Amino acid sequence: MPAVRGDGMRGLAVFISDIRNCKSKEAEIKRINKELANIRSKFKGDKTLDGYQKKKYVCKLLFIFLLGHDIDFGHMEAVNLLSSNKYSEKQIGYLFISVLVNTNSELIKLIIQSIKNDLASRNPIHVNLALQCIANIGSREMAEAFGTDIPKLLVSGDTMDVVKQSAALCLLRLFRTSQEIIPGGEWTSRIIHLLNDQHMGVVTAATSLIDALVKKNPDEYKGCVSLAVSRLSRIVTASYTDLQDYTYYFVPAPWLSVKLLRLLQNYTPPAEDPGVRGRLNECLETILNKAQEPPKSKKVQHSNAKNAVLFEAISLIIHNDSEANLLVRACNQLGQFLSNRETNLRYLALESMCHLATSEFSHEAVKKHQEVVILSMKMEKDVSVRQQAVDLLYAMCDKSNAEEIVQEMLNYLETADYSIREEMVLKVAILAEKYATDYTWYVDVILNLIRIAGDYVSEEVWYRVIQIVINRDEVQGYAAKTVFEALQAPACHENMVKVGGYILGEFGNLIAGDQRSSPSVQFQLLHSKYHLCSPMTRALLLSTYVKFINLFPEIRTQIQDVFKQDSNLRSADAELQQRASEYLQLSIIASSDVLATVLEEMPAFPERESSILNVLKKKKPGRVPENDVKENKSPTPMATVHHNNELYTSATGQADLLGLSTPPTSQPHSSSNTGVLLDVLGDIYSKPCNNVSAQNSSIADFKKFVCKNNGVLFENDLIQIGVKSEFRQNLGRLGLFYGNKTSTALQNFVPSLVWAEEQATKLSVQMKTVEPVLEAGAQIQQMINAECVDDYTDTPSISVSFIYNGVPQKISIKLPLTLNKFFEPTEMNGESFFARWKNLGNTNQQRSQKIFKASTPMDLQAARTKMIGFGMQLLDGIDPNPDNFVCAGIIHMRSQQVGCLLRLEPNKDAQMYRLTVRSSKESVSVEICELLADQF
Amino acid sequence: MQFMLLFSRQGKLRLQKWYVAHPDKLKKKITRELITTILARKPKMCSFLEWRDLKIVYKRYASLYFCCAIEQDDNELLTLEVIHRYVELLDKYFGSVCELDIIFNFEKAYFILDELMLGGEIQETSKKNVLKAIAAQDLLQEEETPQGFFDDHGLG
Repeated sequence: MPAVRGDGMRGLAVFISDIRNCKSKEAEIKRINKELANIRSKFKGDKTLDGYQKKKYVCKLLFIFLLGHDIDFGHMEAVNLLSSNKYSEKQIGYLFISVLVNTNSELIKLIIQSIKNDLASRNPIHVNLALQCIANIGSREMAEAFGTDIPKLLVSGDTMDVVKQSAALCLLRLFRTSQEIIPGGEWTSRIIHLLNDQHMGVVTAATSLIDALVKKNPDEYKGCVSLAVSRLSRIVTASYTDLQDYTYYFVPAPWLSVKLLRLLQNYTPPAEDPGVRGRLNECLETILNKAQEPPKSKKVQHSNAKNAVLFEAISLIIHNDSEANLLVRACNQLGQFLSNRETNLRYLALESMCHLATSEFSHEAVKKHQEVVILSMKMEKDVSVRQQAVDLLYAMCDKSNAEEIVQEMLNYLETADYSIREEMVLKVAILAEKYATDYTWYVDVILNLIRIAGDYVSEEVWYRVIQIVINRDEVQGYAAKTVFEALQAPACHENMVKVGGYILGEFGNLIAGDQRSSPSVQFQLLHSKYHLCSPMTRALLLSTYVKFINLFPEIRTQIQDVFKQDSNLRSADAELQQRASEYLQLSIIASSDVLATVLEEMPAFPERESSILNVLKKKKPGRVPENDVKENKSPTPMATVHHNNELYTSATGQADLLGLSTPPTSQPHSSSNTGVLLDVLGDIYSKPCNNVSAQNSSIADFKKFVCKNNGVLFENDLIQIGVKSEFRQNLGRLGLFYGNKTSTALQNFVPSLVWAEEQATKLSVQMKTVEPVLEAGAQIQQMINAECVDDYTDTPSISVSFIYNGVPQKISIKLPLTLNKFFEPTEMNGESFFARWKNLGNTNQQRSQKIFKASTPMDLQAARTKMIGFGMQLLDGIDPNPDNFVCAGIIHMRSQQVGCLLRLEPNKDAQMYRLTVRSSKESVSVEICELLADQF
Repeated sequence: MQFMLLFSRQGKLRLQKWYVAHPDKLKKKITRELITTILARKPKMCSFLEWRDLKIVYKRYASLYFCCAIEQDDNELLTLEVIHRYVELLDKYFGSVCELDIIFNFEKAYFILDELMLGGEIQETSKKNVLKAIAAQDLLQEEETPQGFFDDHGLG
């Protein structure tokens, strides 16, 4: 037993020794229970305990708690200790309270009273003890009780430096709990000026506080930029002897330097003051220069501290993304680290380079290190470093090096760690698709992925290859041939069977001419795998077989025999049984025409972004390496606001996004203009009237919901918001699902409705409230009811605010409640359609027309899917031109119903559409026209 | 910083300091998970790892592992030096510190940490100033009479 210092509690030491001498877990528990019983009886006993004894027992309880046992008493005794006039007793009391916070309100009041007394003490040691306790608990009650005292303590001239330090950080902790406690006004400048304080410890603590305040209110605290730059400049030019004890292993004030560099990352480079900007760049250059100097010490502490500052400076350079020279220098410096013998440095250099790869200034400089990075991926001993190398390769990949990088990643995948395989598969799939100039290469890559790492190829990946093959004629024959060859391997992965089955079922005919892959050979090849597959794959294969019946009538009996087998027709699996019997009947009963229609080639999938990227993001919440070179930020005086996810910036008139060479004729916004001109489709270059910026992805995302009711409305690293909705007549019901993706609870979680009052009289929306806390990893549901009273434009939004890690967040999203949701599809024949069409066209007030350029490649299948999702009845065979779409529907409102007809005429040559909507109400025609035109 | 854990090579938790509020159950789960993860790593491996949406920085000193969880934009290398500074302080205070010192004087280990860090942020980086603060506390204690010393002798 080592010597106990100072005020040593011998009883405690004896108890700890006893516990350590216990030979088994049981013995330990027995000893603890004995002690607990002892303490309990002492606390309950008649004999009043003196302070020392209370302290000793409280300390024992604390020790037991820290061993991992629950403690449910002793709080009162600990609170008693707080008011002891012996410091050691008080201190133990505070420690107990800090570790075992109890929300018992009675006690909290007593605790707060004791803290108040100590805060008012003349002895700075007592004051600090109180501040530490407030910071350790950091609860809302604490914020309420001390929210006014602590700011005063912080800026008062009488406060001692040690107390100021604690007060700054204590205030920071309370601010994270409750944002409103920081006073504004003159306090702002007094807090900012702490950056000029004489005492380095005070500045260090204050910088943390200011960093948090800036994140909430960047403009108000903008003054801190020039002070921070000056302070930083004084440190980096200081010699290591200047700062005495704040020099750490020959590095002047590394903690403060890092904090200042962090603080500056809340702003874009200061432009309004070229002096400040120049000084900051000098600092950054000095830091880069110092990195090249020989080390002043061989100790790892020296190099760690020095490089900590360097990496933070590089982060700032990357954040500012405006000085090409600094970015390239940073990149070269990191390049040197890639072959450093310190694993930690190699890891950080790879990580930091990932960010450099996304800057247009340094992207090329990063690419110079490609070989070393590939070597890191292959040779590093530590998987987390190899992982970083993979991330970096992913980030530096572009058109010029995609083939090589993808090939290297594929090679490595054969031996890669299991823990990173799935993510690598996703990355390879994303890169191959993104940079494919030749889709045969893409098909090869994906099939290789399945061959090498089939177990890690998720559904999204193999669904995607099928979507792409189906949508691209030029690659279908190649794909059929390649899967056919791949299936010939003696052992092939089940995912390969799925892809092979699907593709041959669609395009097997393209290779059937070759004797080696005749219909019967194809069928036998697939069927040789059948018995080794899971029921799900078998079900897919049965569909392939029935498609074969249509493609290759000559093997019909062969296939029917398979359907008839007991193992299918009487399969224990209901799905297989049903497919076998239905397909068998279909093949017997249906004429070849009917078969050809039912088993027609799959329609093209709507062109959309790959869902693989989302899977990757889900796998790595918090940090997803990017593969996009950002454009540089031009310096502006505006502060960057990180925490305000304002999604809907109003799309201002960004003319000519489509890059038309002919000047666009200006089209009056009012679409009731149906002059003769408009009928000459194809001769007019019309500008999309509502100027939806194609770059705004959130608007683009929302647009999808005009034509669909369910899906993910919004997602970032913190939260996912999904929606499910149903509509009947003029009523709608939406379920919003909020999922917390982080490992901390989201506090003050409040979604609120944004819908102008006058609008609300037309579409009334009721929203249920939700719990204000969204626990880590949890999902909650919120119901919204809507009633369409009269026709309206636009759609309501919700604004979701919450606090994550003390930082307020705000997200606003549009709800999928556009007018078209209240459509009821109406079936009608050609005759009545034309009659109504003519009828409704009598006055210009009833019709609305738009002529617009296709914003995405024209894809009639995709258009069809959208039209169906839009809610009207798609009427086939009415328009003489089969490419045109004709629809009918009724919009239900509370007091009336508005019939609506529509015609969409695509003109492939001109890549334009003409959309005409006729209804009995002008405002309806206009809104429907607007909504739908936006979809193409 | 979100929390700091000290544990032994045998996986026994010696000190835990949480700068964010979590229920006890979650704390235990996190602790178990991290101890297992870190003990499984080999000596030459990198001191940083990604874990949930946090970064873990750890370092072994003799039989003790020091492990910190920091946020995405915190500085890993400097967190290693926070650990080192803490070890230096313990070393100075106890005079070549060993695991037993921390077991038997766990409350002191907390007091020293509270001087170095507050609310998850570094408070005082000067070794001299922290030791001065701790010495001042000890001085206050020595003014008290250790009356319990005798009462306690031989009693549990």
